Amino acid sequence: MTDAPHVPVARRLLANRMFLATCITCTGLAVCVLAVLIVSIMMDGVHRLSPDFIANFASRKPDQAGIRAPLVGSIWVCTICALTALPVGVGTAIYLEEFAKRGRLTEFIRINISNLSGVPSIVYGIIGLTAFSRFFGWRAGAEPIELGSPDSLLYLRLPFGSSVLAGGLTLALVVLPIVIVASQEAIRAVPNSLRQGALALGSTHWQMVSRLTLPASLPMVMTGAILAMSRAIGEAAPILVLGAPLMVLETPANLMSEFTVLPMQIFNWAGRAKASFQEIAAAAIIVQLAVLMSFNALAIVVRQRLQTPLQ
Amino acid sequence: MTIMSLSETNPTTATVTSPGFPEQSIRAADFDGFYGSFQALKGISLDIPRNQVTAFIGPSGCGKSTFLRWMNRMNDTIVGARASGTLTLDGEDILRRSVDVVDLRRRVGMVFQRPNPFPKSIFDNVAFGPRLHWRHSRQDLEDLVEQSLRSAALWNEVKDRLHASALGLSGGQQQRLCIARAIASGPEVLLMDEPCSALDPKSTASVEDLIRQLRTAYTIVIVTHNMQQASRISDQTAFFFEGSLIEAGQTETLFTNPRSKQTEDYVTGRFG
Repeated sequence: MTDAPHVPVARRLLANRMFLATCITCTGLAVCVLAVLIVSIMMDGVHRLSPDFIANFASRKPDQAGIRAPLVGSIWVCTICALTALPVGVGTAIYLEEFAKRGRLTEFIRINISNLSGVPSIVYGIIGLTAFSRFFGWRAGAEPIELGSPDSLLYLRLPFGSSVLAGGLTLALVVLPIVIVASQEAIRAVPNSLRQGALALGSTHWQMVSRLTLPASLPMVMTGAILAMSRAIGEAAPILVLGAPLMVLETPANLMSEFTVLPMQIFNWAGRAKASFQEIAAAAIIVQLAVLMSFNALAIVVRQRLQTPLQ
Repeated sequence: MTIMSLSETNPTTATVTSPGFPEQSIRAADFDGFYGSFQALKGISLDIPRNQVTAFIGPSGCGKSTFLRWMNRMNDTIVGARASGTLTLDGEDILRRSVDVVDLRRRVGMVFQRPNPFPKSIFDNVAFGPRLHWRHSRQDLEDLVEQSLRSAALWNEVKDRLHASALGLSGGQQQRLCIARAIASGPEVLLMDEPCSALDPKSTASVEDLIRQLRTAYTIVIVTHNMQQASRISDQTAFFFEGSLIEAGQTETLFTNPRSKQTEDYVTGRFG
C-alpha cells in the first residue's frame, strides 16, 4: 500500500452530492424556461385556434385571418429542402468519409463545412437571392424564360424569382452543413473492422458503402436529418431576403408559385400593434410547434424502426 | 535465397492433393513488403500447401500478419504499403496491378483477430458474400447459408434464430459466424489472423476443432501467438522474426527438432 494521506470519504461524498445538485439545477432551469415559454404562448393564443384558423387565408381583420398559405407553404418549402439537402448532404459525407484521400484539400473542405454551419442564415438568404432567384443577374430586366404552362405542376420559370423552389433551395443551403457534419459523424462511428470485413469478402468500395456503412449509420444520419429539418422549418430570415410577399392568398400550385412560411407569418403578425394580432401570432406559434413536434416524432419512429433489427 | 518448401511439391500434378504430395496453393519467392520506407518483410520464400493448415508464428511485429494480408491484398487499404517479388495463388500473380482484388478476396477468405459480425441478422451476415457475387434464388441462398453455418459448426446453435441480430451471439459464436461468412463466398483459401486471441478457452477449443475439420476442404493459413495452438492444429509451421522467415517445415519437426537456434529459443519460450 501507499503512505500518501487519504482523501476523506465524507469530502468525496459531499463533492459527489454537490455535482449532482448542480446538474439537477441546470436541467431544471432549461425545463423552466421552456415551460414558461409554452405556457405564456398557450395563454395568449390557444383560444384563437380553430378549424377556421387553419383553413383561412391571411386577412386584414384578425378575427378572419388564418394560416392556410404559410402552413402549406412551409410544407412545400421543407419538402423541397429535404429532397435536395438530404441526398446532396449524405452524398457529400459519404465521399468525404469513404472515398476522399486524406490530404490537405479534404481537410480544408472538412473545416470549411463545419464553419459554414455557423454562418447566419440571412447570409444564405442573400446567396439564395443571387443564385436561385436571379441566376447571378442573368436576363436582368428581361422577361423570364418560361417552360411549360403556368397551370401545370411541372411549370418552370428561369430565373426562379421569389418562388417556392428558390425558397426550398435556399433553405437547403442553410441546412446542408448540418446534414453533412451529422452524416460524417454517423459514418465515422461505423467501426473500421466492419469495413475490413466487407472488403475481405470481396466487396467493391461502393458495395461496402451501400450494404454496410450506410445501413449501419442510417439511424444517426436520420437524427441529423431531424435536426436539419427542424432548423429549416423555423427559418424566417432567408425567406425574407428572397422577397416572399407578406400577404399570400393562395397555396402553391407548382414550384414557381409565390409562397410564404409560418415563421414569416408569425414575424409579420407579431410586429403589429393591435393585441388581437399578437394573439393570432401566438396561435400560429402553437401550430408551428405542433408541426415541429410531429416532424420529430415521425423521424424518431423511423429511426426506431431502422434500429430494431440490431437489438 | 532458396525456396523453403514445406513439403515435396510437384507442379505438374495439378489436381493431386494426396497427403504425401500436396500441391502448393500459395507460393512466395523473394517477397519483400514495405510500409513507406520501412521494410516489413524481407525476401520471404515459402510454399503454402493445399488443404493443409499452415501456422505463422513469431513475436509481435515480425511481419506475419503483414504477409497474411498480402495474400488477399488487404494491404491495399493501407496508404504507403507496397510489395515486390513473387506471390502467386494457383500460379497466378497476386501482386499484379491488373489483378481483380474483388475476385481474389472471394477466393481467399479472411477471418480477423476480433470477431467482426456486421450489425445485421445472422442470415444476412452469412449471405453478405454470396449476395455480393451472385444472384442466387431465395431457396439457393437459404441452402447456402445453412451449409455454411453447418460447415462452421454453428447451425445447431442458431438455426432457430437466423433472423436475430448477430451481435447477440457470444464471442466464440461470433467468430464461428465470421468463419461461416468467409466460407459462404466459396473460397479456396482461408486466412486467419489470430482468430482465437479475443476468445475464452472454451470458445478457442471449438474454433480450433473447426479449423481441423475445415482443412479437408480449404487451404488454411493461421497467424497465432499461441505456440500450443500452432502445434495442436497446424500441419506446417513457419517462424518469422524481424521481417524474415527464419524456418519453415512440418510442425512436429519444427517444434521438436528445429534447425535454427532462434526457432528453438522461441518455441521453447526462452524469448518472444
